[in-house]
Amino acid sequence: MSGEIAITMRNLGKRYGAHEVLRGIDLDVRHGEVTCLIGPSGSGKSTLLRCVAFLEEHDSGIIRIGGAALGFDEGADGARVRLPVGEIARVRRNIGMVFQQFNLWPHMTALGNVAEGLRQVLRLPKREARERAMAHLGRVGLAEKADAYPSQLSGGQQQRVAIARALAMDPKIMLFDEPTSSLDPELTGEVLTVMRDLAAEGMTMLVVTHEIGFAAHVAQHVVFLDQARIALEGRAGEVFRKPWHPRLSQFLETYLDRGASVLLGG
Amino acid sequence: MTDFDALWEALPEIVDGLGLTIFMWLAGSLLSPVLGLGVAWARRFGPGWVDRPLWAYVEVIRGTPFLVQMFLLYYGGPFIGLDLDPTTAGLLGLTVYGAAYFSEILRGGLIAVPKGHVEAALCVGLDRGQIIRRILLPEMTLLVLPASVNMFVVLLKETAVLSIITVPELTMAVTGFGSANFAFTQSALVLAICYWSLTEITGRVGRGLERRLDRFRIA
Repeated sequence: MSGEIAITMRNLGKRYGAHEVLRGIDLDVRHGEVTCLIGPSGSGKSTLLRCVAFLEEHDSGIIRIGGAALGFDEGADGARVRLPVGEIARVRRNIGMVFQQFNLWPHMTALGNVAEGLRQVLRLPKREARERAMAHLGRVGLAEKADAYPSQLSGGQQQRVAIARALAMDPKIMLFDEPTSSLDPELTGEVLTVMRDLAAEGMTMLVVTHEIGFAAHVAQHVVFLDQARIALEGRAGEVFRKPWHPRLSQFLETYLDRGASVLLGG
Repeated sequence: MTDFDALWEALPEIVDGLGLTIFMWLAGSLLSPVLGLGVAWARRFGPGWVDRPLWAYVEVIRGTPFLVQMFLLYYGGPFIGLDLDPTTAGLLGLTVYGAAYFSEILRGGLIAVPKGHVEAALCVGLDRGQIIRRILLPEMTLLVLPASVNMFVVLLKETAVLSIITVPELTMAVTGFGSANFAFTQSALVLAICYWSLTEITGRVGRGLERRLDRFRIA
């Protein structure tokens, strides 16, 4: 399983009217690896991730998750065919998504948020759903907050509940869309720790992040997006130790200015 | 006959009137959000052609006095074959009136549910029906609670208008007593106290509910 292709994108394109957000994206995400998408704001990295969750519909190209086409496939004559809703949901079941804004449901407790999919989608009996949800809350270190409502949790705790909610559905791939960008610096650490543990357990992760330190230390594969295209990709060590690409070095400068050179290992 | 004796004699009628006022109010408060939700839902998720007529309905109701609407419904209704007894016409009018306002309140509530909450539900695998039942409707209800309590108070006060189409509710009963005994000011005072007591109770219940539901607010 590890090392096999989890997600394939071929010639992926997305536009909003005249504005091209993604252009000719070819990318493979491997099982058991952490792939980080980095790049300046507006480079298209979040849109790319949202396309993989089919929250945005790509306009051209193809996305395959575990070999199955997501949303659109090529018909026998090469024409683009939209797949039925049930098929989209089936392919989407492979992924779990974590959002920048957490997006916990405010009228449910932490436990309720995690158990919701287990009850409604997997149709588990109440007791079993509860036990499994508790186990996942324990995994992110929040078992004692099971009965708290999102409004009673800190941002970092909310994001960890959101991670538990996604993990509870037993996804093969976890997508993270700037998971720490709306957190105070002191709350960022607890979320990154959970993500690091997940990576160590071999979870396949595709992460959009501004945490260059996380990308440098945890990712195996780094993709640098710039102006709707993949400007550079490769093994994490190579990308960060040889930032020969002019746009990448310019991008990294902004972090080095903020004292992140230590994190990059000099 | 003293004023007090006259009041004593009229009391059963006034109590019946209060009962009918409360009935009309509660029934209207139950029916108009339901009809309003239908209108809001159709305008947000229904086919495009329903939007214009529903928009017109909301604007006409909100742009004309309830008094005029009731006159048209009760006295004009028979000309188009709508021959209703006063209480039925009153309840229908109150519901149609309240629903126009509720549809706008609920439409705002639907729009205010963060898009990300629905996206999270999609990613967890909930289907359309589950997202509506489990996410959209509960979140919308929480968001519209303060505006809805306000609307319930408005509906209570508007039931007084039903006296002009001879619904024997509180205002009809008390003003009837007042004009028979030339006690106009006293009866108006009784009316004010009755309506104000009911709105105050509603306000208190609403505020208590808001406090209890505060933990459900969007973080």
